[in-house]
Amino acid sequence: MDYVKLTMFAVIALLAAIAANFGHDLAYSVHAIIIMLIAGGMFLWQLRQTDEEKPVFDTSGYMDGPVRYGVVATAFWGVVGFLVGVFIALQLAFPVLNFDWSEGYLNFGRLRPLHTSAVIFAFGGNALIATSFYVVQRTSAARLWGGNLAWFVFWGYQLFIVLAATGYLLGATQSKEYAEPEWYIDIWLTLVWLAYLAVFMGTIVRRREPHIYVANWFYLAFIVTVAMLHVVNNISIPVSIFGSKSVQVFAGVQDAMVQWWYGHNAVGFFLTAGFLGMMYYFVPKQAGRPIYSYKLSIIHFWALIFLYIWAGPHHLHYTALPDWAGTLGMVFSIVLWMPSWGGMINGLMTLEGAWDKIRTDPIIRMFVASLAFYGMSTFEGPMMSIRAVNSLSHYTDWTIGHVHSGALGWNGLITFGCLYFLTPKLWGRAQMYSVAAINWHFWLATIGIVLYASSMWVTGIMEGLMWREVDANGFLVNSFADTVAAKFPMYVVRATGGILYLAGGLIMVWNMWMTVRKSPVHQGAPNDAIPAE
Amino acid sequence: MDTYTLLRQIADSWVLLAMFAFFIGCILWVFRPGVRAQHVQASEMIFKEDRSACANACATCACKTSLDVPNDNA
Repeated sequence: MDYVKLTMFAVIALLAAIAANFGHDLAYSVHAIIIMLIAGGMFLWQLRQTDEEKPVFDTSGYMDGPVRYGVVATAFWGVVGFLVGVFIALQLAFPVLNFDWSEGYLNFGRLRPLHTSAVIFAFGGNALIATSFYVVQRTSAARLWGGNLAWFVFWGYQLFIVLAATGYLLGATQSKEYAEPEWYIDIWLTLVWLAYLAVFMGTIVRRREPHIYVANWFYLAFIVTVAMLHVVNNISIPVSIFGSKSVQVFAGVQDAMVQWWYGHNAVGFFLTAGFLGMMYYFVPKQAGRPIYSYKLSIIHFWALIFLYIWAGPHHLHYTALPDWAGTLGMVFSIVLWMPSWGGMINGLMTLEGAWDKIRTDPIIRMFVASLAFYGMSTFEGPMMSIRAVNSLSHYTDWTIGHVHSGALGWNGLITFGCLYFLTPKLWGRAQMYSVAAINWHFWLATIGIVLYASSMWVTGIMEGLMWREVDANGFLVNSFADTVAAKFPMYVVRATGGILYLAGGLIMVWNMWMTVRKSPVHQGAPNDAIPAE
Repeated sequence: MDTYTLLRQIADSWVLLAMFAFFIGCILWVFRPGVRAQHVQASEMIFKEDRSACANACATCACKTSLDVPNDNA
């Protein structure tokens, strides 16, 4: 087996070297070199282990190695993503930050997809993979299925992130929002994702609990749907096997519809269903009380699954897309408000009889604020999907504000809460090193989001109104540059909010580091698998 | 009849009905009689590890009060 692996790594390194040489564009060649170096490194590592005594691992308990790495990766990519976000926010306020010397690499257009992918897929994705591996083991009373396959998922996903990020900077993009990576990166992600599905499903199949806990339903819906969305939206034909450029199979309005069917369901299943999986495990767990209504959680699940998939067309109001399709998307978006709020109420009411925890437990406070932002952005979203509102809000910064109240508020805060929950558990510590630092993080993040969202509301609505303003003769009053100039103060406020949010993230990283290094060791039973029924 | 029209007609009629029926069925299934006990059990399943982990084994266990059993040696 060792020799098979050695041969495989050698062949991959050789092929990557050939590809680097024949590469038509810089991004492709750089990626081929990255793969060559990784395969070469894996070859040496494998070589040193060949014909050696194999170390025996204890495989009786839970497999928490990938979860630990995932927690670290989440924190790392989070800070990287926030930092890039702050920088591009400052670039919008102060265009001089698009330096001449880095033109074509570090200007806004190149960094913006880097920011969105870093926070959604690197920060959010690692958080989802790590928490899902943690939750599925605990709720199934079973070790992760597939042995080292979980490690392949973790490292394969990091490789996807690195290839995507470097590709954006070097100009390899298929120009689909949130699906920018080019064809070979898409194929790699498909492989990693199928391995992820196998690990998750395998663990559920060999569970020793009779019931599949509802958090796993949400995680599974997230994994399956993202696989489907990713494959359909990335059907493209490469121009050359030695180049990064590819051509989409769909064209025109069909391509736009497929893209926003993907794009909205990335929000619905990546940023909502997956994170609801976190919510249904970590909120009850931290509160020490079961979920308010298990019935409601099941209805929440089915309603969310059935409705979200139809909401995509609301991204294409007033385009070549037929009106009936836009109306369909709009109606489903509004109906979607109900299950969203049902889920929010279910999470919040879990604290019934223990409301004092909001005051005493900063992790609970983070979860509660996160659910509040979930409720707010799932109200704002349906409202913005209404055609008349959309005619004002679309293409303005209101959309950016909406996305960030959801992403920073709901996804960010719930992830921070989970990291604070997991770090002491995974490293066998009694609790986080500094509770005061969690409080600081909470307030920095919350004030940051408030500054961000409110400035974007103001600038978005102002911008929308300025664009449509006409004088008595029917001529437009404002040029585009007028709106840009008027937005300057709000852009500075937005960047300030981002800086506060980033500062909170840095405090969290320090706190996690100190917890692992300095916090007293947890006294009590080890982290063993729980006995079956 | 071309493929689009055919698929479109099936999607508009039987598939729509089937999906709607499945959805309603899922909702009704949640309210089937005698399910409450199962739901209570399922929602409390995540706390099992806390009980088995401490089960009064350590002095500071949080569950000590709730799960404490009379101690014969006392």
